[in-house]
Amino acid sequence: MTMTSPAKVPELALPARTPHRAPKRASRFKPGAGKQLQGGPFAYIALAVVGIGSLLPLYWTLVAASHTQDEVLASTPPFLPGGRLMHNLDAAWTQAHLGKAIVNSFIVSSCITVATLFFCTLAGYAFAKMRFRGRGALMTGVIATLTIPPQLSVVPLFMLMSDLGWSGSLESVIFPTLVSAFGVFFMRQYLSEALPYELIEAAKIDGANNFRVVLSIVLPVARPAMMVLGMLTFVQAWNDFFWPYLALNQQNPTLQVALGQLSASYTPDQSIVMAGALISTLPLLVVFVIFGKRIVGGIMSGAVKG
Amino acid sequence: MATSTPTRDAHTPPPRGSQRKPVNAHRQMWRSRIWRFDDKASPYAYIAPFFLVFGAFGLYPLIYTGWIALHRVEMTGLDRMEWVGWANFDRILHDAEFWTAVSNTFLIGVMSTVPQLLVALGLAHLLNYKLRASTFWRTIILTPYATSVASAALVFALVFRADGGLLNWVLHFVGLGDTNWANGHWTSKIAISVIVIWRWTGYNTLIYLAAMQAVPTDLYEAASLDGASRWQQFRKVTIPSLRPTILFTIVISTIGSMQLFGEPLLLEGGTLGAIGGNEHQYETLSVYLYNYGWNLGHLGPAAAVAWAMLALLLIIAAVNWLFGRFVRKSAV
Repeated sequence: MTMTSPAKVPELALPARTPHRAPKRASRFKPGAGKQLQGGPFAYIALAVVGIGSLLPLYWTLVAASHTQDEVLASTPPFLPGGRLMHNLDAAWTQAHLGKAIVNSFIVSSCITVATLFFCTLAGYAFAKMRFRGRGALMTGVIATLTIPPQLSVVPLFMLMSDLGWSGSLESVIFPTLVSAFGVFFMRQYLSEALPYELIEAAKIDGANNFRVVLSIVLPVARPAMMVLGMLTFVQAWNDFFWPYLALNQQNPTLQVALGQLSASYTPDQSIVMAGALISTLPLLVVFVIFGKRIVGGIMSGAVKG
Repeated sequence: MATSTPTRDAHTPPPRGSQRKPVNAHRQMWRSRIWRFDDKASPYAYIAPFFLVFGAFGLYPLIYTGWIALHRVEMTGLDRMEWVGWANFDRILHDAEFWTAVSNTFLIGVMSTVPQLLVALGLAHLLNYKLRASTFWRTIILTPYATSVASAALVFALVFRADGGLLNWVLHFVGLGDTNWANGHWTSKIAISVIVIWRWTGYNTLIYLAAMQAVPTDLYEAASLDGASRWQQFRKVTIPSLRPTILFTIVISTIGSMQLFGEPLLLEGGTLGAIGGNEHQYETLSVYLYNYGWNLGHLGPAAAVAWAMLALLLIIAAVNWLFGRFVRKSAV
């Protein structure tokens, strides 16, 4: 840090500043910290069973999506993927307008993710490192909003969207989710440990105003946490079902809504429904395979309550 | 949560490169005023977006729900509101289907939360051992979290199908065939609970694991010096250290189970899904609300259901609080 020449800023004269909080342990969750007991074969067997249970439904989605419905529902169901995958994907694509739904899902999830990252980092920084009146109470308010289920406000929300002229359009799904209490909490936790006061003060001494500090100090420091929060937010926005299902219609659905409508149609073909499910899950599975480690770490670090 | 911060003086006049150029006093005053304003207003500006969005799309609708619940509003004419007083509440409270939905929500909530959290606790304990490829196991267990309610519900609908369902095929080998899962009162609730458990166990496992890794190892060393077995260590050290986390997951899961919507809606799909089965055997409060508001088009009663859910949440919170107090007292 810039401890170089304190003589250059004599007029600063900080009045009896209390010493900085002792730096917390950098990471409380170092895997393998301390003495860990070695896992025996039982642990591996149990984990393997649970792991298979976790993956089996996904595998079954693939199997069902690659056969005809009759084969899937036969008295002896198939266990290996068949050759009808392309045909079923194609059918799902045209029957449920999945092309448009995918584009919609990408628009919605990206907008929500970008906005959430920006607003939550700002708010998290303010709660972590700035002093202002009512901070504790406001943070309690943020956390309290976590406990309010969306069900409680959908009826007026629907009417509000109709008043705003957003009925059935993507705005009605994007705007209510632009911020997230979890995100504010998550960024606050991260920044209060990862961002030293010295860094902020150094920037201020160099003449940066508050927003400048955010741009050139806070955002770079927050980047790892923003990556994690971004992925969590994207997954959540992509998978959201309740409000989009009420707010959007058949002409302009997100993937999940299209999927719900596909299955709600008169006697749906199960293989085609499964092909739709595969299309809606595949992008996230790819994200998971690539970033799984980071998402796991993010959930673990965001989960801890003081 | 730690809310104390070092007292950093917000009014510290910022240092400027004023030694080089003499700045006149007037300008300097202005600058420090702007600076002070920046310091005062910035935190509020940074948290404002959260509160504005939440106020507009969360808090305002939440309160307005109460007003709508006292009116007749139809989906066909959203701008016409007609005062009816308590009629909507009267209507749902005298509806047997509403009480079925309440008890279903409660039962499915218990049936999905309890096993889920117990399994998560056990799994977290296993993952807390030193394992090969521990990240791999964690990722695998979290994978269901990446699937949506919709796709999970649809796959399990296929697994739980009465004819041609995967589960019934498996059960045939044990000599237990042809359960009509969605039709039965208990079996349909089991089916829905399984979907919930499948999707959320991994998530809760990681939360517990994080908390377990924060438990100081010397506690275990002390316990083992005192001759405590593994099981005793788990019970006497791990579980008490995890108590706040466990309480947190219980609260989150309870709120989550109040919201169950996609799972029951899509278990059978179509018109049966919208009413939660032919005898409403798996209709949850969310489905009931959806059915009243979006299927039948009566938004007034739907808003009344929302308030009933709020009341239920408050009751659960009170029970939780009392329970927590009881546990703390009996622990002393």
